[in-house]
Amino acid sequence: MKKRPASEIVGIVMVSFVVVLAIVGLFWTPYDVNAMDYTLKNSAPSFSHPFGTDNFGRDILSRVMQGASSSFVIATLTVAIGAVVGTVIGALTGYFGGAADAVLMRVNDALAAFPGVLIALVIIAVMGNGRTNLIIALGIAFIPSFVRVVRGEMLVQKELDYVKNLKLMRAGSLRTVFIDILPNLSTVLRSSILIGFQNAVLSEAGMSYLGLGVTPPDPSLGRMLSEAQSYMIFAPWYAIAPGVMILMLTLGLGFVSHGREEKR
Amino acid sequence: MKKFLFLVTLMSLSVLYGCSNATGKGGAGSDGGNVVVGITQDLDSLDPHVAVAAGTDEILFNIFEGLVKVDEYGNVNPAVAESYVLSDDAMKYTFTLRDNVLFHNGDAVKAEDVVYSLKRCAGFQDAYDPSVSVESAFSVISEIYSPDEKTVVIELNTANTELIYYLTCAIIPKGYDKQATDPIGTGPFKFSSYTPLKSFVMERFEDYWGTKPALQKVTFNIYANSDAALPELMAGNIDIMTALENDVAAQLKDNYNIEYANYNLVQALFLNNDFEPFKNPDVRKALCMAVDRDQINNMISDGHGSLIGSGVFPGLSAIFAKDLVNYYPYDPDAAKELLKNAGYADGFSFTITIPSSYTPHVHSGEVIVENLKKIGVTAKIELIEWSSWLTDVYQGRKYEATVIGLDANLAPGDILKRYRSTAKNNFINFTSEAFDTAYANGINAKTIDEKAVYYKECQKILTENAASVYIQDPAQITVVKKGLTGYTPYPVYVLDMSKIHYEK
Repeated sequence: MKKRPASEIVGIVMVSFVVVLAIVGLFWTPYDVNAMDYTLKNSAPSFSHPFGTDNFGRDILSRVMQGASSSFVIATLTVAIGAVVGTVIGALTGYFGGAADAVLMRVNDALAAFPGVLIALVIIAVMGNGRTNLIIALGIAFIPSFVRVVRGEMLVQKELDYVKNLKLMRAGSLRTVFIDILPNLSTVLRSSILIGFQNAVLSEAGMSYLGLGVTPPDPSLGRMLSEAQSYMIFAPWYAIAPGVMILMLTLGLGFVSHGREEKR
Repeated sequence: MKKFLFLVTLMSLSVLYGCSNATGKGGAGSDGGNVVVGITQDLDSLDPHVAVAAGTDEILFNIFEGLVKVDEYGNVNPAVAESYVLSDDAMKYTFTLRDNVLFHNGDAVKAEDVVYSLKRCAGFQDAYDPSVSVESAFSVISEIYSPDEKTVVIELNTANTELIYYLTCAIIPKGYDKQATDPIGTGPFKFSSYTPLKSFVMERFEDYWGTKPALQKVTFNIYANSDAALPELMAGNIDIMTALENDVAAQLKDNYNIEYANYNLVQALFLNNDFEPFKNPDVRKALCMAVDRDQINNMISDGHGSLIGSGVFPGLSAIFAKDLVNYYPYDPDAAKELLKNAGYADGFSFTITIPSSYTPHVHSGEVIVENLKKIGVTAKIELIEWSSWLTDVYQGRKYEATVIGLDANLAPGDILKRYRSTAKNNFINFTSEAFDTAYANGINAKTIDEKAVYYKECQKILTENAASVYIQDPAQITVVKKGLTGYTPYPVYVLDMSKIHYEK
C-alpha cells in the first residue's frame, strides 16, 4: 500500500476534530445550548466559555458542537438521498438507454443547469421551511450530479466483456446492474460522495445563513455566522467559531478526497 | 388605514454599501452645512400619496406638509392651514388657509390644490388615481370643497373628532403629474435628486413659510442593512443614522452621541384567541406571567425599551394607561399554577410564526421560547417571509401565535380599533362586548380627556382578558455625530431634519 499523502493526513485530522465535537455534541455539551444570560452577553473567550458567548450570553462552544452535529446529520441525509436516488436512476438509464434515458437525462440536464441551492430554495418555498424539508430539498438538488457520474460509468461498463458474458448467460438485467456492475463503480461513487458531502455541508450552512432549515433558537453553523455579522467588529469570536468549523470540515474533506484521488 | 402596521422593520435590517458622499463633511459654514443620513430602506415611491412604507414617510415628512403637521409631542398643529374650526356636531371641518405658502416650484398654494390633494388621498372620483393608497379613515368624508380662495370645507357623513390626525396628508399642486419622479410640496426642504438604492438628496427651501431649517443640504444614503453601513459610520462618513442595535451604537460613542427613543410600536407575543389552548383566558394570563419582559428588553435593547402591559405604546401619552404596565408581573410559579387549574398541568405546544427579516422579533421569540420552557410549555419558532406573514397571519389569521410590532396613526383611537370584535384587521380574534362599547364611546367623545377615560377602559379590558402577551415599545437607537444637535424623536415615524444644526 502506498503511503498516505500528507494532505490526506491533515484532512483526516481536521475532519476528525469536527466529527468528534459533533458526536459529543449529540449527547453532551458544556452548557445548555439555549440557556441565556444577559450579564454574559457577547463576552470574550475565557476559561469558562472557551469560545466566548453570543448576543444572548449563550455558550458558543456548546452551540458550535450542536450546530456541527446538526450540519452533519443534514449533510449525511442529503448525500444519502442524492446518492441512492441518483445511483438508481443513473444506473438504470445508463444500462437500458432508450427513450426513457433520453427523457430522464434531459430533465436531469435541466435540473443541473440551475445552481443546487436555487433548486432547494424553490422546493422550500413550495413545501415550507423546516429541517425535514431542507433535507429533502437539498437531497433533490444533489441527485443530478450522481445521476450523471453513475450513468457515465455505466455506459463504459456495459460495453465490457464481463457484462456481455453475463448477457450471454441470460443473467437478469436488474441483477446485472445492481449486483455485478455497481460494485465496480464504488471508487467513483466514493469520491463523488466525499465531494457531495463537502458540498452538502456548505449548502446547509448557506441555507441556514439565509434563515432556512434549522429554526431558532436551535443552533446551526450557518445561522450563527449570519447572526454574528452584526457583531463582527467588536465580538469577532462569534463569527470565528462557526466559520472555522465549516472551514475545517469542508477543507478537511477536500484534502481527504484529493488524497484518495492521488492514491488511485 | 394606509400603512396599517408598519413594523419595526427597520430595526436591524437595512442598508447597502457604497456611496459615501463627500458632502458629509460639510461642517458649519455660513450656509448651515450639509449632513449625510444613513437609512436602511429604499423609498417605495416619491409620491407621498402612493408611498406606504414607514421609512419613506420618515423622509418625505421634510418635503411635504398637510393642512396640519405633527409635532414632537404628538399634537397636530396648523401648517398649510392657518387655523380650523370643527362644528359642534363634529360633522364639518372648516380650514382657513395660510397666506404666502409656496410650493417648491414657486407657485402659491391655492384652495383648489388643497381640495385636489385631499380628494386624491381620499380616492374621490374626480381626482382618482389608481396608484394612490387610499386612506381608509377618509371614508367618513362626504364632501370637500372651497367656498372661497382662502377656505376649504370638509363635510362628514358621521361625526368624527379624530379625522384631524389624518389631515397630515400631503398638499401637492393640482394636476402636477411628476410627483413620482420630481416631487413638489410645501415643506422646509425641497427635492433635489434621487438614485434608487443609492441616495435621496434634498435642499433647504428658501421660501418656506415657517422657520427655515439651518442645514443647506441633506443626503440620505441607502444601505442594505446596518452592518453594511457600519464601516462608513466608523469612518465618520455618516452624520446621523437611526435604527441601530445598541451593541453596534456602543462602539461608535467616541465620535457620535447616542440618542435613545422609542419606535412607537406595540411589540407583543400576539395570541390567536381562537386557537384551542388560547381560547381559555387563564392560559393567556399564564403566558403573560411566564414571559420575562425585562429579559427581552435587556436582550434586545439593553434595557432601553419601555415595557407595556396593554395595546397602547407610551408615546400616545394622553391615553396610555400607565397602571397596567405591571399588571402581570413575571412569576413562572403562579403561571404554572394557572395552567394547572386550566387543565394544562403538563403544558402544551404551539408554534410562533415570525417574519424572518425582523431580527428583533426573531430574537424576542427566542427568549420567549426559553421563558415558556420553564412552565412546561413548548413553543416552536417558524420563520416565514414578510409577504407570507401578511397573507397567512395578518389577513388569513391562520396561525397560533406571532411576535410583531404594531404601529399606528396618532389619532388616539387608531391603535385600539383593531380589537373591535368586527374589525377587519382584528387578527388575534379578540372579542369583548365591553371593549366594543368602550371603544365606541371613545370615538364619539369630544375632548381628549373624555376620550382618555374610555380608551384607558379599553386597555384595561385588553389587559384583564390577557388578549395577548404585551411586551414593550422597543428602543430606537440613533447615533448623531458630535457637533450636531437638534435631533428630535417623534411619536410617529418622522426624521425631522429641519431642527438639526451644527453647534456654533
